[in-house]
Amino acid sequence: MKRETPVNVVVAGLGGQGVLTCSDLLADAAFRTGLDVKKAEIHGMSQRGGSVSCDVRFGAAVLSPMVPDGEADFLVVLEATQEAPNRHVLKPDGLLLSVTQLDTAALPSPKTLNTAMLGMLSRHVPEIPEASWQSALDAAFPEKIRAMNHAAFETGKNSVKIH
Amino acid sequence: MESKSVLVNGDEAVAMAALDTGVRLGCGYPGTPSTEILETFSALGGRAQWAPNEKVALEVALGAAFGCGRALATMKHVGLNVAADPLFTAAYTGCSGALVIAVADDPGMASSQNEQDSRRYAAAAGVPMLEPADSQQAYDFMAEAVALSEKFGTPVLLRLTTRVCHSKTPVLRRAFPPPPPAAFAPDIPTRVMIPAYARPAHRRLRQRLAEILAWNEQSALTIRYGESGELGLIANGISVMHAREAAPQAAVLQVGMTYPLPVETLRAFAASVRRCVVVEEGDPVIADACRAAGIAVESAPEMFRYGELNVGKVRRILAGDTTPEPARPPGKPPQLCLGCPHRLVFEALRDENCLVTGDIGCYTLGVLAPFEAMHTCVCMGAAFGVGLGLRHVLPPAEARRVVSVIGDSTFMHSGLTGLLDMAYNPPESGHVVVVLDNGTTAMTGLQEHPGTGRLLDGTPARQILPEDLARAMGIERVTVLDMDTKGSGFRAALRADLDSGQLCMIVARRPCILSLRKQRKTEEAKKEGAGQ
Ligand SMILES: Cc1ncc(C[n+]2csc(CCOP(=O)(O)OP(=O)(O)O)c2C)c(N)n1
Ligand code: SF4
Repeated sequence: MKRETPVNVVVAGLGGQGVLTCSDLLADAAFRTGLDVKKAEIHGMSQRGGSVSCDVRFGAAVLSPMVPDGEADFLVVLEATQEAPNRHVLKPDGLLLSVTQLDTAALPSPKTLNTAMLGMLSRHVPEIPEASWQSALDAAFPEKIRAMNHAAFETGKNSVKIH
Repeated sequence: MESKSVLVNGDEAVAMAALDTGVRLGCGYPGTPSTEILETFSALGGRAQWAPNEKVALEVALGAAFGCGRALATMKHVGLNVAADPLFTAAYTGCSGALVIAVADDPGMASSQNEQDSRRYAAAAGVPMLEPADSQQAYDFMAEAVALSEKFGTPVLLRLTTRVCHSKTPVLRRAFPPPPPAAFAPDIPTRVMIPAYARPAHRRLRQRLAEILAWNEQSALTIRYGESGELGLIANGISVMHAREAAPQAAVLQVGMTYPLPVETLRAFAASVRRCVVVEEGDPVIADACRAAGIAVESAPEMFRYGELNVGKVRRILAGDTTPEPARPPGKPPQLCLGCPHRLVFEALRDENCLVTGDIGCYTLGVLAPFEAMHTCVCMGAAFGVGLGLRHVLPPAEARRVVSVIGDSTFMHSGLTGLLDMAYNPPESGHVVVVLDNGTTAMTGLQEHPGTGRLLDGTPARQILPEDLARAMGIERVTVLDMDTKGSGFRAALRADLDSGQLCMIVARRPCILSLRKQRKTEEAKKEGAGQ
């Protein structure tokens, strides 16, 4: 499945939810696959619970690090309220992956929500093979919480709750 | 040297280049989006330190560079205002070792009080400026800045912007020859700027800039992408990426060194295409310079001067589309963390109907509901001056309501001189200043400062306390409050101080909850490390 333009993903949520970790993991998985990758984020006041979003783009060649409005293939939303403020980034046929589609009760810990959402995304991204996801997860988490995050990733991947 | 590329942001790339080129000392003051440069440099093993403010940081770096040591000073755009005094004269003195000043602009003001364009400083001071477009260029241009600084004996500005600092893109590191040893060779007429020596120094500066311009006209820092003879775009920094994506059919000329601008190269480029458009974020610096040189270029309509550029905006610039941007749905604004010690202070200031001259930090959020207890905020340190000015002119009943509120890091940065003015020119009604001492620079991500008792890397340091400084300056009433969860003592102290008509300082002390969490994590990590 070759495409000329990069795959565009926007990850959105609130400060403290792990939006940065989630998008870092995604970027790293794409990077480990040997793709060109760019990832943009706005820091600053995120620790005070405001809206946060990150753009991740990967493919044969990526230029701007920011996903143009209306060109996101995927919008990954970690907090239901952050759906509306970010919808405009999606392509007409882009896919919204929201926390509302996830069975959060099945997560090993609420802190792994970001990893689970990534698992959900992974099903739709054939460009990144399973091995890259696994090694990105291994690299991102210290031993103590590694297994838990692998489990959350699987939970997200297998979530079928579509509304 | 690693032969594999790594995925890092622009700040991390600058730090890597600093390390690889043998920078001996990195100094700066935190400021989004520049902060991670020194943090990364330190984590990689470089010698990095937080200065009390940007002026001191630049002076320390300049001293190192006078001694042939390669030095890096880092700051955000408004930090360069604070460091402007040494900058302008360092352009006259020049330096022996490399001096690179990494300055991070924030177009769009993701986390700043203005969106000033640092390129104006390069021209005003006469200091060359490089502008990378991604992390690889941040790495390469940092290394080039070190080389240029030593080749021409001048400080070099490395201008970054939010999207370069905080975007991760692949970087391949390389090896560089080792730096020269540190040594100071006295050269009084070049290093001592009394008028008699400064006059020829100014002439030398203009001569040096002419040489740098000649170099830049031939330099590999100007990069042409695409051969189109139809549409040509001139761009700098991140705009290069937006331009290349928005107009894949066009020729794009990246200006890597934007001061002194390679005007003849731009003239030749403009002549090689039928339509030439300058795509730059912020002020029309390149466009104005082209026009002044008689080069026919188009530039973005005024509406694109505000905020960041992006691919969509560049497409609109090229299409001449000036319809207003659709309003974006609002996100959730940030607020003080629940349990933040600043909350208690702003509740009291609100309830006591104070007129609050504020300052910059997490606590600026005291301006928003449910507090709305801040009435001015200008720049770091201005809480003092603005509060004193109001006290001097307002009628007595009003003047007595004025309170200056400042964070601990901001106090060390530029509150000290304000405190001095308060002691030296006391208002008739006295004055009350509240130092919000949460033991960290929280706003920019929990950095150390002279009041925390720790150095940049967390090792213990001498701790300087605001109350000791106030007492040393003869401030009459100094109250230190360990803020409990109710903050009850604070209200009483505030009322008493407002009624006293004297010079008062209240230090409201309680650690930021996020910094406590960070400390705990570091200690756990240390214990685990020791246990293994
Ligand atoms: C000249 C200048 N340098 C740096 C900054 C970035 N900055 C804004 S506030 C701040 C310090 C905040 O620390 P503090 O005063 O302790 O308040 P806190 O955020 O901890 O509440 C910094 C570094 C700035 N706005 N201006
Ligand atoms: S980060 Fe610290 S200082 Fe800032 S709002 Fe949160 S608790 Fe308060």
